[in-house]
Amino acid sequence: MSEPPQPPPVGPPEAPIAIAAGDGRGEPATPTGAEPGRARSLWSDAWHDLRRNPVFVISALLICFLVLISIWPSLIATESPLRCQLSRSLEGASAGHWFGFDTQGCDVYTRTVYGARASIAVGVCATLGVALVGTVIGGLAGFFGGFWDALLSRVTDMFFGIPLILGAIVFLSMIKLSGIWPVVLVIAALSWPQIARIARGAVITAKQNDYVQAARALGASHARILLRHILPNAIAPVIVMATIMLGTFIALEATLSYLGVGLRPPTVSWGVDISAASTGMQFRNAPHILLYPAAALSLTVLAFIMLGDAVRDALDPKLR
Amino acid sequence: MGRYVVRRLLQMIPVFIGATFLIFVMVYALGDPVAALFGDRAPDPATARQLRAEFNLDKPVWQQYLLYMGNIFTGDFGTAFNGEPVTDLMGRAFPISFRLMLTALVIELVLGILLGVITGLRRGRAFDTSILMATLVVIAIPTFVLGTTAQFLFGVQLGWINPAVSPEGRFSELLLPGIILALVSLAYVTRLTRTSVAENTRADYIRTAVAKGLPRRRVTVRHLLRNSLIPVVTYLGADIGTLMAGAIVTERIFNIQGVGFQLYQGILRQNSPTVVGFVVVLVLIFLLANLLVDLLYAVLDPRIRYV
Amino acid sequence: MLLEVQDLHVEFTSRDGLVNAVNGVSYAVDAGQTLAVLGESGSGKSVTAQAIMGILDSPPGRISKGKILFRGEDLLTMGREARRRIRGEKMAMIFQDALSSLNPVLPVGYQLGEMFRVHRGASRKESKAAAIELMERVRIPAARERVGDYPHQFSGGMRQRIMIAMALALEPDLIIADEPTTALDVTVQAQVMDLLSELQQEYRMGLILITHDLGVVADAADVIAVMYAGKIVEHAPVDALYKRPAHPYTKGLLESIPRLDRKGQDLYAIKGLPPNLARIPPGCSFHPRCPIARDRCAVDVPPLYEVAPDRSSACHYWKETIGD
Repeated sequence: MSEPPQPPPVGPPEAPIAIAAGDGRGEPATPTGAEPGRARSLWSDAWHDLRRNPVFVISALLICFLVLISIWPSLIATESPLRCQLSRSLEGASAGHWFGFDTQGCDVYTRTVYGARASIAVGVCATLGVALVGTVIGGLAGFFGGFWDALLSRVTDMFFGIPLILGAIVFLSMIKLSGIWPVVLVIAALSWPQIARIARGAVITAKQNDYVQAARALGASHARILLRHILPNAIAPVIVMATIMLGTFIALEATLSYLGVGLRPPTVSWGVDISAASTGMQFRNAPHILLYPAAALSLTVLAFIMLGDAVRDALDPKLR
Repeated sequence: MGRYVVRRLLQMIPVFIGATFLIFVMVYALGDPVAALFGDRAPDPATARQLRAEFNLDKPVWQQYLLYMGNIFTGDFGTAFNGEPVTDLMGRAFPISFRLMLTALVIELVLGILLGVITGLRRGRAFDTSILMATLVVIAIPTFVLGTTAQFLFGVQLGWINPAVSPEGRFSELLLPGIILALVSLAYVTRLTRTSVAENTRADYIRTAVAKGLPRRRVTVRHLLRNSLIPVVTYLGADIGTLMAGAIVTERIFNIQGVGFQLYQGILRQNSPTVVGFVVVLVLIFLLANLLVDLLYAVLDPRIRYV
Repeated sequence: MLLEVQDLHVEFTSRDGLVNAVNGVSYAVDAGQTLAVLGESGSGKSVTAQAIMGILDSPPGRISKGKILFRGEDLLTMGREARRRIRGEKMAMIFQDALSSLNPVLPVGYQLGEMFRVHRGASRKESKAAAIELMERVRIPAARERVGDYPHQFSGGMRQRIMIAMALALEPDLIIADEPTTALDVTVQAQVMDLLSELQQEYRMGLILITHDLGVVADAADVIAVMYAGKIVEHAPVDALYKRPAHPYTKGLLESIPRLDRKGQDLYAIKGLPPNLARIPPGCSFHPRCPIARDRCAVDVPPLYEVAPDRSSACHYWKETIGD
């Protein structure tokens, strides 16, 4: 009952940089040398493709590295991000302090390393929340249909009526709390309908597959059909969307911090540092205080978006 | 077509009520409008009670909501922190933001479609690859970083523009803010058009058009472009929301006294009528814009029209 | 001769390397004649047709060798603009899937009228009138009312009629029909084929009918060219080929049609799969699947042997095949 033009998801709505070698149209349907034996599954097929895709490998490695340092920042940073000397305010790069010092005289390198934790925590937690709530609600609505489905569609539309940043600003400024959790909560609360819509669509598609009908005819329980037959097939688009959203959530945290409603000092995050550097053009005489945290954040966002793109392509049978 | 419009309008009503109620609850249930009036001082209990009664704050939230909506439909949005009617603020703020968003929309559509078509037709060439990389970079860097950097570069270093926009917000002053606001959407429109063009060049009906002996220009403009724009138009619906949110950030950077600025002032001073009033109007505009996009979509794609 | 294809080679670059889709195809069609090109998918029959029309995707496709003579003039050495003028005006093509081959967002009347506007400089009004007349020609009911309808509003058979009308619009000399009935219901197939044959006779056009359906061929064609792995393996008049095929592949195809007079017998099936065009077997490309293959077949590439004045076969052992 949802109407035709569904607004596409917030993520990059299309294909990636990888350019598929255009095959001849129709006719030279080269039967790819009859591969012996077992039919490969969607996932193992995708994995086969992904391992060879440099975009995937680079972004995956980068993400692993980021996750690692957000758990153990002390692996590569020896100082404390809160030990600052005002006397060294805005000082440039020097031995032992490659990225220089910020306005407060804190070491930019240390803060950039430690900033990963809050930024990635916001991204990961918000995404997990969105994915969990969205998949369960969207999946159930798609599976059972009827009244629940209609209700979900209306609720989803309702949430789409409120632009994300707008809702987040109002919410965060009213509850007057700052810190990671309120930011995670508001992002998750306002963006789960996007995942729900995707999960609903994927479940409806999967539900119509013959083997699901067969399982139903054989008397399998709802739970069994959902978990064993539908979920594995419907989860792929959710994972792709969630990966891309993760990147945009990290950027969103920074934007909210810039607007003064997100994270605030003494929390150490890229968003906090970037907004401190941007506000009132603090960076005008010391570009390094903007450059390093902004570069770290942008690279992270880029890595997640490209990872999502690469996974989507690998899972999209149309492109092979 | 007429029935389609009516149906879409009717569907908008529950969405409008739901979305505005959600905002209303956030502001009136989570915040304390009366306490905000007193700033940092603790309010005198008797005055506070009187104010609560006056603003209907002692009633249940849903009743407050109905009373508020009733007032809105008679044109009464309440008063802002400085005693000015909220409608006066809107009268000043909306034209400026409208000009800003219009500038951004024109830039993103004209440039985005142009770049998308060129890259879509020349996939894998150097130009295509560099544009694709550029779109990714633009998407990955937060708007406010790009905005403040551009402001610093063009406003302070080069002195081409005035870093802050005057309260009138003329089109000429809004060019750079418009570009900054457009950037992310521009990147998406480019990528979307590119994919869509690339897909459609391989479509059977394009092959038919070539086999008919149509000149290349006609094939591209009449057959390819028209079909490729359909996904771009559907994206516009969501994009209006992106632009609205982006406008808040852009107005902050360039000190533009538009909707984002007023909303921000309202939030800072905890003035609920300003916040709820502006957000309600924004939601309404967003929904109407989406309706318009749906209609445009139906015009472009006859398969939708006759369902 | 209306059209002569001489020793045409087409290759595609793909992920598997260079794919030789067409390897030295020669055939000819005269005005009023119907040539059926028969083969499985991947045999190169559609690629040849695309090369003739000049709508080959390039890249990845490339014509590496050969000539395509249209009324004695080589199309391949012609300029891009001259080539475009011939398309639609002198030769036209009918595609398999009319739903995807018609533009979904333009009315059928516009798409038909476009032929007159572009090639004849007709006005909007004239082209609409011409479109209605065309739709009546291909017997679409209520043509005047339906001229503004969109492709998805027509049935499959009606859409294919519109494709035919579009091809016939400027009364071309040559029509290439690529599997024109494959996507249709069996009952509609016959109607569409009859219409096509009738109009072909009326305008004395040459027709190249590309198909994998032997049933369609028997009624409509004058001459048949059977293609396998990018080559013509047998070329013969219809009756002769049906009575006494001179290539084991043709024979296999004929024997795999269910026939009423052989009720109860097992249906014959050609063993194996069509070859990967990136790795065509040496010698005779059909030898791995051929029931009468000998050692020589894996080494010597068979030339097109002349079987009779008007027929040929690319089998070393054609005498044996035709004899039994």
